Formats: sequence, structure tokens, C-alpha cells
Amino acid sequence: MVYPLNEDLKQMLESSKDSAKLDAMKRIVGLFPAVVKNVIKKLVYVYLMRYAEEQQDLALLSISTFQRALKDPNQLIRASALRVLSSIRVPIIVPIMMLAIKEASSDLSPYVRKNAAHAIQKLFSLDPEQKEMLIEVIEKLLKDRSTLVAGSVVMAFEEVCPDRIDLIHKNYRKLCNLLVDVEEWGQVVIIHMLTRYARTQFISPWKVDEVVDEYNESNFYESDEEQKEKDQKMKTTYTMDPDHRLLLRNTKPLLQSRNAAVVMAVAQLYWHLAPKSEAGIVSKSLVRLLRSNREVQYIVLQNIATMSIQRKGMFEPYLKSFYVRSTDPTMIKTLKLEILTNLANEANISTLLREFQTYVKSQDKQFAAATIQAIGRCATNITEVTDTCLNGLVCLLSNRDEIVVAESVVVIKKLLQTQPAHHGEIIKHMAKLLDNITVPVARASILWLIGEYCERVPKIAPDVLRKTAKSFTNEDDLVKLQILNLGAKLYLTNSKQTKLLTQYVLNLGKYDQSYDIRDRTRFIRQLIVPNEKSGALSKYAKKIFLAQKPAPLLESPFKDRDHFQLGTLSHTLNSRATGYLELSDWPEVAPDPSVRNVDVTESAKEWTGILGKPKKEKPTEKFYSESEEEEDESASTSSSGKCLESNLYFHCLENCILRTVWYIKIKKKIANEARTLFNLISVPTKTHELLHRMSGKGLAAHYHFSRQPGIFGDHMVPVQVTVTNTTDQKIENIHIGEKKLPPGMTMHEFNPIGNHILACEVAIMVQGIDFCDSTQTASFQLCTKDDHFSVNIQPPVGELLLPVTMSEKDFKKEQGMLTGMNETSATIVVAPQNSTRLVIVERVVKAANLGVVPSGQDNIHRFAAKTVHSGSLMLVTVELKESSTAQLVINTEKTVIGSVLLQELKPVLSQG
Amino acid sequence: MLTTFLSCPFSLSLKMIHSLFLINCSGDIFLEKHWKSVVSQSVCDYFFEAQEKAIDVENVPPVISTPHHYLISIYRDKIFFVSVIQTEVPPLFVIEFLHRVADTFQDYFGECSETAIKDNVVIVYELLEEMLDNGFPLATESNILKELIKPPTILRSVVNSITGSSNVGDTLPTGQLSNIPWRRAGVKYTNNEAYFDVIEEIDAIIDKSGSTVFAEIQGVIDSCIKLSGMPDLSLSFMNPRLLDDVSFHPCIRFKRWESERVLSFIPPDGNFRLISYRVSSQNLVAIPVYVKHMISFKENSSSGRFDVTVGPKQNMGKTVEGVVMTVHMPKAVLNMNLTATQGSYTFDPVTKVLSWDVGKITPQKLPNLKGIVNLQSGAPKPEENPSLNIQFKIQQLAISGLKVNRLDMYGEKYKPFKGVKYITKAGKFQVRT
Repeated sequence: MVYPLNEDLKQMLESSKDSAKLDAMKRIVGLFPAVVKNVIKKLVYVYLMRYAEEQQDLALLSISTFQRALKDPNQLIRASALRVLSSIRVPIIVPIMMLAIKEASSDLSPYVRKNAAHAIQKLFSLDPEQKEMLIEVIEKLLKDRSTLVAGSVVMAFEEVCPDRIDLIHKNYRKLCNLLVDVEEWGQVVIIHMLTRYARTQFISPWKVDEVVDEYNESNFYESDEEQKEKDQKMKTTYTMDPDHRLLLRNTKPLLQSRNAAVVMAVAQLYWHLAPKSEAGIVSKSLVRLLRSNREVQYIVLQNIATMSIQRKGMFEPYLKSFYVRSTDPTMIKTLKLEILTNLANEANISTLLREFQTYVKSQDKQFAAATIQAIGRCATNITEVTDTCLNGLVCLLSNRDEIVVAESVVVIKKLLQTQPAHHGEIIKHMAKLLDNITVPVARASILWLIGEYCERVPKIAPDVLRKTAKSFTNEDDLVKLQILNLGAKLYLTNSKQTKLLTQYVLNLGKYDQSYDIRDRTRFIRQLIVPNEKSGALSKYAKKIFLAQKPAPLLESPFKDRDHFQLGTLSHTLNSRATGYLELSDWPEVAPDPSVRNVDVTESAKEWTGILGKPKKEKPTEKFYSESEEEEDESASTSSSGKCLESNLYFHCLENCILRTVWYIKIKKKIANEARTLFNLISVPTKTHELLHRMSGKGLAAHYHFSRQPGIFGDHMVPVQVTVTNTTDQKIENIHIGEKKLPPGMTMHEFNPIGNHILACEVAIMVQGIDFCDSTQTASFQLCTKDDHFSVNIQPPVGELLLPVTMSEKDFKKEQGMLTGMNETSATIVVAPQNSTRLVIVERVVKAANLGVVPSGQDNIHRFAAKTVHSGSLMLVTVELKESSTAQLVINTEKTVIGSVLLQELKPVLSQG
Repeated sequence: MLTTFLSCPFSLSLKMIHSLFLINCSGDIFLEKHWKSVVSQSVCDYFFEAQEKAIDVENVPPVISTPHHYLISIYRDKIFFVSVIQTEVPPLFVIEFLHRVADTFQDYFGECSETAIKDNVVIVYELLEEMLDNGFPLATESNILKELIKPPTILRSVVNSITGSSNVGDTLPTGQLSNIPWRRAGVKYTNNEAYFDVIEEIDAIIDKSGSTVFAEIQGVIDSCIKLSGMPDLSLSFMNPRLLDDVSFHPCIRFKRWESERVLSFIPPDGNFRLISYRVSSQNLVAIPVYVKHMISFKENSSSGRFDVTVGPKQNMGKTVEGVVMTVHMPKAVLNMNLTATQGSYTFDPVTKVLSWDVGKITPQKLPNLKGIVNLQSGAPKPEENPSLNIQFKIQQLAISGLKVNRLDMYGEKYKPFKGVKYITKAGKFQVRT
């Protein structure tokens, strides 16, 4: 059955008639159900998508098949069905598509969710009316933790709602962290999006550099000390947002990608976002791309050209990589030449000029001409070599190739203009050339030069005019204009000899075919030849014609490209492409950075997403599913253990969180303070039960240590209590009753919840307890309007600490002072999968509230903290040894806490 | 914010690759594929216009702007792959993708030529459909594609035509779903083998006097891995510090490389490029050959002399072989009468390319090519002597001195057969005369 189909397709493809193709299409659609029944037949899909728009009725026949396939137990079939369904561009099925996308976006398989993200774009281009609904789906998918989905959903975001930056905030850190594992195409899209994002959210890291520059310039006006003060002030006020740093750090490894697009994306990110001192790391990778095929070279060289104008230093070490080979295509040659010229400075100019000499002789004359231009630019930019270059160019005037000579003349003209004082000889030489050169631009340039400096060559100038007047009618328009100019200038300076000649030329010009020349002639005549009608202007004729003209600037054609984001199509074309999104300027003041903080409630939502689903698919498929997801699952089960209950509780949490306004106010404050420490704080996900709903008569309570520092005072350990009402009645007036605290221990109560919490609702409260650096239990009563329940909070020793940031040096110094009695140690077994830095840090920091100390050695990991109450230092060292063991050392004055902590940390690294 | 919003009207909001046209050297569009609505072939006229302007194919600009579209093209194996784009997109993204398409054709059909594509047009459409979804790359890993769409073999096409089945794989690809998308599942071999080819290329520009203007070593490690199951390999070097700048296949764990300088990876099945690297230019590069040349054109006469000798230098006791010299002679050259002491030479009077296939260099008798160059009478003497492009090969030597230390395998029980081969070649090796 399929065999004739294949034959048909072949014939169809070879046929040029559309009607033949359509006939075949009809047959395919006829066959459709039979085909779809078995396995997905891609080819049929291809044609269905291609011709659905023209044959809408026929296409609709197939819809129900896809709808059925969307429910298939196999994730690949679900995904393919969605893919094809969303590719059928028939407006009637928009609602069906919308529904399918919504369902697929919460599918268990990340692959199906990825396809849902793709489908969003398709639906959007089919029916933009759906925008709002689609944004909701995008918002949901952005929260997805799968690396498969990330690239596709960001693509959809860029297409549907690139202006909704607010959707990114909460997902920013996750995207940064996932980036390395996303597939390469997704990486490009995400990096470009994050570049735009970062430019709206962080303040410029370049200010510091600029201040230093200013310092050098304004040195004269201010005393040194004042300056230093100011300098220091600026330097200390700028600290890079940790999120900004996170992005730079996580994109750096991608410079090693095999995909040129990824490397370029990272390079542009560093260019637009990194402090100027750091942007240099991208040059090596960009130079590496030059080994690639010609198209990649072309784009990369263009971008390097733009970069090298602004920051020469970046590419100077790679100067020789831009040397031209005779086998390079011309467009590559000219780009390399452009970069070489940009990189030229006093130190390397002599090497470069030697290299340029080879290029000038190239058989590729277009390239030789470009080289002459380049020499001209070097000569103006670097005054030391101006004379050398000029001499070299004059030598080229005797070249046999006319293009070379002409180009030299044009460049010499520009050069002479910058310093005409002592170049009478060269001008004379050029006047002689006029007899042989035929290229109009060159002739025009010579004539202009002679006219401009006619007083320096008083004998030659009139003679040149005589010769050109003879050939006037045969000249190019460009040359004619310059003859007129020459005549006018001579008339004004040396009218005795040239009056008649000029008038002759003007007469010729008057009857020229070109109106431009006729215009010019009339204009010049009015200006220079005094008659009764001529106005006041003719008095100033000399000033007008022989005014000092500013020397032309010899600039790179890439000069004006820097306002486009690098690596974009617009940059390549040097014009705004459709859909180009402008990179905004850095904000003066950074917007609230706490918007990126992800709090527990957010992750709770994610958990419900997973827990709320039916069981996983077949176990075989689990093998291939995303590892993150598996982690998620294990995390959520271990954390609550009571799956159903916490599920309910998280559901409630989501709805009611906003009710406690007080809490939110506090949260903001916390977030701001926590910001500076953000990357040191890892909030433990473990929650402890405070009150079981059975013993609490329907009131359940959990607590966990939120590790948010310093809300209630320095000695308090913050504890977040979550109260859930599991009954179907409201519970009123929750507050803390009688406290039974050990001596010295104090507790900051949460404000009583004056209002009530309704059935199935949740309230969150934060309180602080000063445990006096002991693991003793804090007992108190949790009261409602009618009841009171005794509850206990016992802190794990790891929560009695506050992380401390210190350098490795300081750490060693402190450690040296805390030896002997103050040191406890143990040898532990480390499971092999736990031996990487990342895992160790993650696990240790999860177990105890420790700060990570940067370590110079790969096998030693250091952590530091101080106790909350007394502020004694607590130094933890994990040193990996041979054969998967490790030495765990704790140095502290508080030996009791130290040894308890040691016991608690022991199992952390040995568990699998 | 509002302005960005207004500046992208909905009707144009179509991203990435819209359509693809394949065009041969004589300017025929022999294949077109549209991922969204159909774009008329006439859009290619802008491309042809640019092609005409560019004189030779090498100089056709890769990015062309037309009134309603942008054309981004690559030139591979005498075929232009012209893609139609409607909105802003990183050009390298498209270029890299198009090259990936050409690589895939090469991989499937053994060559990426017009005939191969036409012969396998059904597979080509299937591939293109899988590689892009709505203009955004979907499956570009060869391992996954091969599971989705079987590459053609003679046997399979016979079987297909009898049984009526198609090339579409009847198992569903699972690699796409895993977090190691480059490896297909359920790989089984009776002989488990892992081969690594360390290939180094010397890029150099040598000036007239024989001194090195610029030299650099570019290397790659190409692998052919046929191992069952899910092997986890780690490859270490004796001298990893030599590698200055490295780019990796996505399978390599970057962190391990950063911390231990070990390549640790779960490999794709079959042939793939593991890493490419550059040996830092600070190290002096040993140039294995030298060239003595005497090329001159006499003033006011229609002839010139050509005399070139190639010899070995610093080759560490290995033979330099596969030596080929190509020279683009100046336009004025009509013909060349040369004698080669070794190998044979050809001169194409149309393209003016002289090619001398030398073969192996034996130090006892250095290969020499000399004779008379005939110039167009009356034409001026060429300004510049042509530069000589040289190719060569040295077996069993990595010129940088890079050495593989060991290969370990984890995760599977069997003992694989391991092999490493070294080879040094000339890359862009040019001698100016």
C-alpha cells in the first residue's frame, strides 16, 4: 500500500505542475488513516503541512486522528502529534490547538513540553489574538526545570512577548544554571535573551573604568588627595550584582563550544555585559573560529572589526592571525585588512607596513587598492610613520597598474591635506602624472590638489589648467567639476595669467550636457567675475574658495556599527533588520534585585506540579527522562515524607500566601538584606513537624529554618512556621501562649494572627529564637481562640550558625589560632559521586548554614561560619584523600557544638 | 518597552529559518523546502544578482538583504544552500545550521552533491523535516537522525521496493528524550573498538627569504567509537598543557577538563569529532619542509623562469609524503614548459593553476621542477611572484608533541580494543616568493 505512495511522491517531486502535486496530496490524505494507524509516517506529515493551507477541508479530515494521538501513552507519539497538529495552518482549529498546547505544557514528559513550546510560536503566527493565553503557557513553561524545554520556551518568549521581562525574574538564576546543559541551539537563544535582560536589570560595570580615565584627564584641576577619595568612593560603591556575576560565570565555559553561533553569542554577551577588563577572554575563542569555513569567518571578522575599533588591546596579541593569505576570498581579505588597520599602533606599525607591502603587490587588484587605503589610514593615525607611508605611496605612483596608481593618488591627496606645508615636490610629481592617468577619481584628486595649493606651485598650476582646458570636453563629469574649481581658484590668485583660460573653461561648461556642470559654471561665474549684478558675495569669493578646509578623517567603515548588538543580523547588514530588539542602556540605578529571589512558595508550586500528577510512565521510560526531574521527585518525597498531606498544604499555600500582608513586608526586608549574601545562602528544604493535625484538632503546623539573617536582632535564629487549617471551619486568633524556655533563651513571637484562617488555608509566620548556642529545646504553646497545644522546636546544630565570608588566607590564619583543644576531626568515607566540588559544597551547605571559602586547591574545601549567639568562629575543612576517604576537620572555640556538628556532617558525604 | 512592542508587527513575527533553496553552480534551483508558508522562488533572483556581481563563488556575500526577506547562504561542495529569513536572527546561527545540514547529507549519502540529493530526495525531505520544526532546529545529532530515518543502502532500497516499507525507522528514537541526546540507546557490537586519530595541521606563511611570518598548529581528535551499551570514557594526555584553546563535542564534561585536564565523556556511537584545539602560538612551530624557489619574469620579453625545489627539514625522522604544490600563476601566463625530477605536474591555462604532485620526499634526491614560463606577448611583466601552496602529510607524528596517555572505560564490563593514530598535515601552508 505504501509502495505506490512512494513512487508517486517521486514523480510528484519531479513534476513541475502544482496541480500534479495537489492530486498526489489528495491521494495521500485518502490513505491517511491507514498510515497513521501504524507508525508515524513523516513524509505524509510533510505534505500535509505543506498543502493544508490550500486544501483546508481535506486537512481537517485528519484532525481527529491527531487528537487521539495526543493521548497516546508513548511520549514520542504525543509529541509528534502535537507537532503536526500545530503545523496545520487552518484557522478553524485554533481552539483545538490552544487546548492541546495547554495540556501538553503540563505533560509529564519534558519532550512533549518542549514541543508544546514550539507549538506556541506556530499558534501565535497563525492567530495573534491568542497572545494573552499563550503568555500564560509561556509563564508556566518558563518555570520548567528541564534542559530540554528551556531553549524552546525562551524562543517562544522572544517571539510572543519579548517585552515581558517580568516573566524572567524568577527564572533568571535557574536559566543561568541550566545553560551549560541546554542543547546548543537553545543556548544561543537563551544567551541573547539574557543579554537583553541583564542590560535592563544591572548597573554598568564600566563606570569604574571610566572614572579611572577621568582621573587622568582632570588631574590638573583637583588635588591628588581629593581625587583619590573620589576614586575610592566610586570604586567601593560599585559591586557587581551577584546575579550579574552568575551570568558571566556560567556562560564562560560555552566559549569552548564546537558551535560557532554559541561562541559568538557568549562573545557578544561579554562585550555588552562584562567589565572591560574581563571582556578580553573572548578574543582567543573568536580567533579560533577563523579556522572555520568562509561564511563563519566572514561574520566573525565583521564582529572583530567592530570590537577592534573600540578596544584595540583585545586582539593585539593575535595580530598575526589576521595576516592575509593569497587564497582567501576577497571579502575575507578586506575584512582582515580592516582589522589589521584598526590594530595598528606605534609598536607594530613597522611589521604591519612590511606585511602591507606584500599585499599591495597582490594580483587581486581590488584588494591591493584596499591596502593602499589602509596605509593611508595608518599614516594619519600614527604620526611617526606619516612620512614613511607617504614616500611609499609616492613610489606606488609609478606602478604599472592603473587602479593602484589611482588609489594612491586619492590617498595621497587626503594625506597632503592633513599637512600641506612641505609637500610641494609631491604635488609637482603628481601634476606630471596627469598626462598618463585616466582614472577619473585620480585625475579629479590631482586637479583639486593643484587648485587648493596653487600658490605653492605657481608655475605649474596655470599650465595644468591649460592642458585640461584642452581636454575638457572629453573628461568625465567628476574631472570637469574639478577643472572648473581649479580655474576659479587660479582666477582668484593669479588672474593675470589665467583670466582668459578660466573664461574659456567657463564657456565650455556653460554648454555642457550635464546640468550639474552647467549649474556649477553659472554659480562660479557669478561669484568670481565681478559685474554690475553680482552681489556682496563676490567680495568674499577668495575666502569662500580658498578657505582652510578641514582634513578628511580616514575612518573605519565599521565605526558606526557599534550601536547594533554584536552577532546580530542587523550588525552584519549595518541596518536595522525587522524585529531587531534594541539593547537598552544600563539603568542609572539598579531595579530591585530581590525580584529574582525564588522563595519556598515558588518551589512549592513546582512540587505540586509533579506531585499532583498520576504515577510516572512505564519504568523503562523513566530511565531516559530528565535527571533533574528525578532529583525533584526524591527531594520532595524526602522532605515531607507525608506526600498527600503536604500536597494539600502546598496547594493551600499557593492560594493564601497573599493574605498575610505583614509577612510580605518582612519578606522584602529580608530579601534586601539577604541579597549581598545570596550565593552563600542555601535554604534547607527540610521541614519539621511542629504540630500534627490529629493532635492539633485539625490545626497542623510545620516549621523550617529559613536562614534569612538578622530580622529580629543579631542573636536570633529565624524560624518560619507554617500553620495549616485542615478542618472545614475557620480557626481564629492564633497566637503564642506560655513559653517554657531554658535559662538565657529568648524568643521573638510572631504577631498574633488577628484575623482567622479559613478552612483549608495556610498562614506563614516568622519568629526568631535565641537558642544561646545550644541544642536545647524551646517549648511553647501554640494557642487558638479555644485551644492551646504544647509544641517544641529543637534546632539542628547546623542552624545555629551564620555564614561568614572570608578569604582563604584569613581562614588559614584563623585556623592556626584554633588548634589543639579547639580542633576536632574525623576520617569519613566519601561516596564517589560526591567527590566533585559542586556536590560537596551543595551537601555541606545544605546540612549546616556555612559560608563557602574560595579554595585554591581542588581537593580541599573550606567553609566558615560563626555561631549566632556568641559569634564564635566555626571553621570546617573537608580534604579529599586517596581511595574515596576524606578528612573532616572542625576548628572552633565552642568545642561542644563543634563535635556535634562533626557528627552531623559525617553521614552527609558518605550517603549516595 | 512600548516601542519594542510596536516595532514587531504580528504579521511579520516569524522567526528563524523560513525556507531553504538548494542551487547548483549553473543557477538551477533543484530543491526547495518551506517550513512555514511558501516563499516564491523569485526571491532567489536577489541571490543570483549578488552572485553575478561577485565574479567567483567564493565572494558571494553570505548575508544578503532583499526588500522583504534576508538571504543567508553557504557554499558547500558546489551547491549553494540559500535560506530565507524574515526577521532578526544571529547570522551564525543559520550558517552553522546550514553546515550541519550539509554534514548530515554527507554522512547519509557519502557525498553532498546534487546527484546524491536528487537520488535520495525522499530522505532529504524527511531529514529536513526532522532537523527543523517551524524554522527552529530540532534534531541535529546524527545519532538521533539515524534512528529516525535510516540511511539508504542498496539492500534496503531493494527490500523497500518489494515489501513496500519506507525508510522511516520503526523504532522510536529514545536518545532525543534523554539528557545524553547524542547517543542512541541499545548499541551492541561483537567487537568493541575505540579509535582516536590525532590530526594536526600546520598553518603557516613563509616569506621570500624562508623565514616564518606566521605559524600555528591546529589539531583535532577524530574518534570512531564502536562500543556496546553506555560506556563512560576518560582520555588523558601526557602533556595536556600544550592545548591552548580547545573546543569540545557536547558530550565532554567541561568541569573534569577544567579541574583535571582529563577528557571524560559518554561518546556518541560511530564517527565524530571529539575536540579541536590550537597549540599556543608561543611555542615555536617546527616547519617540516623548506622550499627553494627562483621565479622570475623578464622585462620586455614574453618568457620567464621557474625553478622550485622542495626539501625536508625538522621532520623528526619521519618521511614527508603526499606532497602537492599548487600555484596560482599570474593572469599573463600563457603556458609552462617544465620538467619535474619527481612526480608529475599539470598546468591549466584557463584557471592558470599549476599543480605539481610530488609524492614522497627522499632527502637523497630532492624533487625539483624547473623550466620556462610563456607569457602573453605584449602584456606587462607580472608585478608579483605567485605564492606556493603546499600540502604534505607525515604519518605517526603529532608535530606539537601531543601524546595520549591512556584511555579508561567505566560503566561497562567488556574489554574494548583501543587505538590511537597520529598524523600531521599541512593546513593553510603558504610560501611567498
